[in-house]
Amino acid sequence: MRYEAPETIEGAVKLLAGGGPRGRVLAGGTDLLVQLRASMIAPELVVDIKRIDETREIREEGGRLVIGAAVTGAELGEHAAAKAMWPGVVESAELIGSTQIQGRASLAGNLCNASPAADTVPALVAAAAQCRIAGPGGVRRLPVEEVCTGPGQLSLDDGEFVVAFEFPERPPHSADAYLRFIPRTEMDIAVVGAGVSLSFDDSGRCAAARVALGAVAPTVILVEEAGRALVGTECDDAALQNMAAAASAACRPIDDKRGTVEYRTKVAGVLATRAAKIAAQRAKGAR
Amino acid sequence: MAATSNGKANGATRWIGTRPVRPDGVDKVTGRARFGADVHLPNMLVGKVLRSPHAHARIRSIDASAALALPGVKTVITRDDFNDLSSEFVPAGEMLVNYRDVVRNVMAREKALFEGHPVAAVAAVSEKVAREALALIDVDYEVLPHVLDVVDAMAPDAPLLHEDMITAGVEPAPTKPSNIAKVVEFKLGDVAEGFAEADIVIEREFSTQPVHQGYIEPHSCIANYSEDGQAELWCTTQGHFVVRGHCAKLLGMDVSKLRVTASEIGGGFGGKTVVYLEPVALMLSRKSGQPVKMTMSREEVFRASGPAAGTRVWVKIGMTNEGRITAGEAVLKYQAGAFQGSPVQPGCMCAFAPYDLDHVKVVGYDVLVNRPKVAAYRAPGAPQSEFAVESVVDELAKRIGMDPVELRLKNAAKQGTKAAYGPTFGPVGLVETLEEAKAHEHYRAPLKQGQGRGVASGFWFNIGGETCATLNLGEDGTIALVAGTPDIGGSRASLCLQAAETLGVDVERIRPLIGDTSTLGYTFLTGGSRTAFASGMAVVEAGKDMIRQLCERAAKVWDIPVDAVEWADGEARPAGSNAGEFDPLSLADLARLAGKTGGPFVGRAQINAQGAGPSFGTHIVDVDVDRETGRVTIERYTVIQDAGTAVHPSYVEGQLQGGAVQGIGWALNEEYIYDDKGRLQNPGFLDYRIPVCSDVPMIDTVIVEVPNPTHPYGVRGVGETPIVPPMAAIANAVEDALGMRFMDLPMSPPRVLKALEDARIAEAA
Repeated sequence: MRYEAPETIEGAVKLLAGGGPRGRVLAGGTDLLVQLRASMIAPELVVDIKRIDETREIREEGGRLVIGAAVTGAELGEHAAAKAMWPGVVESAELIGSTQIQGRASLAGNLCNASPAADTVPALVAAAAQCRIAGPGGVRRLPVEEVCTGPGQLSLDDGEFVVAFEFPERPPHSADAYLRFIPRTEMDIAVVGAGVSLSFDDSGRCAAARVALGAVAPTVILVEEAGRALVGTECDDAALQNMAAAASAACRPIDDKRGTVEYRTKVAGVLATRAAKIAAQRAKGAR
Repeated sequence: MAATSNGKANGATRWIGTRPVRPDGVDKVTGRARFGADVHLPNMLVGKVLRSPHAHARIRSIDASAALALPGVKTVITRDDFNDLSSEFVPAGEMLVNYRDVVRNVMAREKALFEGHPVAAVAAVSEKVAREALALIDVDYEVLPHVLDVVDAMAPDAPLLHEDMITAGVEPAPTKPSNIAKVVEFKLGDVAEGFAEADIVIEREFSTQPVHQGYIEPHSCIANYSEDGQAELWCTTQGHFVVRGHCAKLLGMDVSKLRVTASEIGGGFGGKTVVYLEPVALMLSRKSGQPVKMTMSREEVFRASGPAAGTRVWVKIGMTNEGRITAGEAVLKYQAGAFQGSPVQPGCMCAFAPYDLDHVKVVGYDVLVNRPKVAAYRAPGAPQSEFAVESVVDELAKRIGMDPVELRLKNAAKQGTKAAYGPTFGPVGLVETLEEAKAHEHYRAPLKQGQGRGVASGFWFNIGGETCATLNLGEDGTIALVAGTPDIGGSRASLCLQAAETLGVDVERIRPLIGDTSTLGYTFLTGGSRTAFASGMAVVEAGKDMIRQLCERAAKVWDIPVDAVEWADGEARPAGSNAGEFDPLSLADLARLAGKTGGPFVGRAQINAQGAGPSFGTHIVDVDVDRETGRVTIERYTVIQDAGTAVHPSYVEGQLQGGAVQGIGWALNEEYIYDDKGRLQNPGFLDYRIPVCSDVPMIDTVIVEVPNPTHPYGVRGVGETPIVPPMAAIANAVEDALGMRFMDLPMSPPRVLKALEDARIAEAA
């Protein structure tokens, strides 16, 4: 196995598009190294992107937050501006693994591991974050929800990798939240995850809502119906009930060792409701 | 806060009941402690096991030629390398093992009986080569139907694990083979008569899932077999003398030719009382002529080492309207795994032990299923049967509107109670734990909306057994204490305290060591909560032996009769008519004079410890249930237990807390998930959910001390009883919160939510 740690985006693209066997991208390594050790994968090339500056920075570009692909959960958790703008995204990153894992695990790694149960992905999708993707053809942008096409499968082309996440501008009275259900209190994988991002107008009516669910389908899903159930309302109980019903209706989960179809479907609505209440409270508190 | 007091079985004590820093602590926190996998030898090979991918399959043939041809592979072993052994039962922990089965469990013979069953093993120059070699071994399997559930396995048409197994304990003996290895029965009085006296009779059926002991350190050993037929074995175990016996038997060796050293141990809980890798590593070393190290992965630990038995338990209890229990009856069906020997017998013994009853009948079935052979797990067998009994007792209390602690007090076993399994109890502390529970602030604290509170009691009988210890006095008056029971729960600290108390010396002057099998006489393993009791007794005896020698020397120095010398406060003093005639001689003085007065001092004891005092406990738990997700959260937990005398109260508290936490995992989340082919789907801590720290509150403890009269300082075993009450206590608390009784474990979120949903649907209809 060859290990490379290029210092530029171009260098990484060159290695990954090198025509040889497809390399694996290493950011925090909290999934990749585990899979290597368990002999689940045996890549001939591993490209570590952590030495590329753009992957390690949290920046504001004209009121928009940009988070590097390899920024760790711990770094994100200590970034006041990121927490203020996107508390749901930050809390989703901080839920992954343990304190030790937090020192390594990254947003892009969590996304590109392509697990439907990834904690940050519903939060990123609800936030309408876009991936900045570098490849042989230059840089392109792709909504987070379009990156994974199935468990373990990505829509990225050969030679492409995620450099950073770009977030939209945040209007006033906006906030997000992420909740997941695990049987334990930490160190576990979501049985259901729910990310909700809300914006309210000056009169307190919901102006925009995005609801995304994890672990209830082959990929994280954006449930537009659920968002629509809240827009124009004050996110009262009736609206939340409609939203929960839409969320549950969108679930296409499987029975597995972590949960049943019945359980996931029911709890998806419960978590979406609870996350929406938290997001609404944050948005209104920020007014 | 833990309410504790010093042990004062025989008046005031100086060391018993104090809390010195543990002697093994620094090495553990600095990483110096050497665990099973921490030894490396020159020319060492790596051993790996090929395991059956099938839950049940006949092994037609094994071809290892391609593996043997791989460069770096030194040897391959299979069933052909082990001699078959005839049926012979020997003790292992509180359970028995049969050598015919042990040889088949470490290496499959006729059939693979569970997924993960060893089929072959390789020794190679590296882990990588060993893994490659495993993939080259060609095993021809005839896959057979399998059975995982105890009730399915008892059905007349169930696939048979052992085609020749005739149920023992049934008269007349059945003519047809079955998966039921054994039926046991314990009776007291006449239950028909007892139920006739009852105003209320409740019968219920319960199920529990197999759960793993969850020790953090996986099985690991290193074997070094020499050309002259002698061997050394280093391994993580609860009993190296037992390992020596098993390995010598399987390899056809004299026990004196095998020296076994117990490493520092990273948890055992009963699961390290049997052998898995050890005979295999010895055989690989014998064949290859090189040391062989073997370490299981976590996945192997789950697939192939012993869980606690999964069970079905039926319980029927009769009671008068005044709350007097008139009869108890139970039928216990326990999974043994692939070979006979579930802990159904102790399950039967303990089922009704907390109650003073005239009429009891308990029948137990030991049933084979295509799962790993069960191993002891903390009070093996008792948590499952007592979960059922304590749940029904709670329901009975509710039925007549009596406080559940009151109901237990009214029926509690006490001194003089004759237990259904035979003995009449001496002084025991159940009533005291119940009185403490009743008086505890926790029991009266208001509950928040939606929360529930439960209580349950538990019992474990504890054991003694064969035990040796020596105290070697150094020339400066300090002491090396050598025990033969591996320290899994702070026993080195407890043994030092008992030696210090006996000799009257500072505990810091005593350094403990777990001796290897050639340094001491046969010593049974650490299990049955016997170590602080039995090794403690041996250490006290060894201390008295040394005091006798010290007094003789002092008598010699002073030239007075030995019976005119007394030992007090760590020194020899002239007594009687000679009192005050000579300056006392301290331990250090006598040690310094040893060479001139007759040679070194060694205090020895070899005993068969009898009279282990049983231990009772009572737990109180508050839970909160999330009605929308089914999650049960433990809000508050208090363990009250009789320790006889708490030698080192911190370790007693640790045992009470640890048992409660393991019970919480058993109650709420732990279970094995199999696919339809009998393959385990969750062989790791990610999806096999033992509690993490944040899952549990600080567990409060109250130590009750009702001294055990057979131990010089009143010690009872404490390690096992605390895992017995949690499942029932939590189920009773959930019932209190929801008005809904769970009789099947675990009470995991999907199960709880489903029950809530079903109830909502039923209510709506």
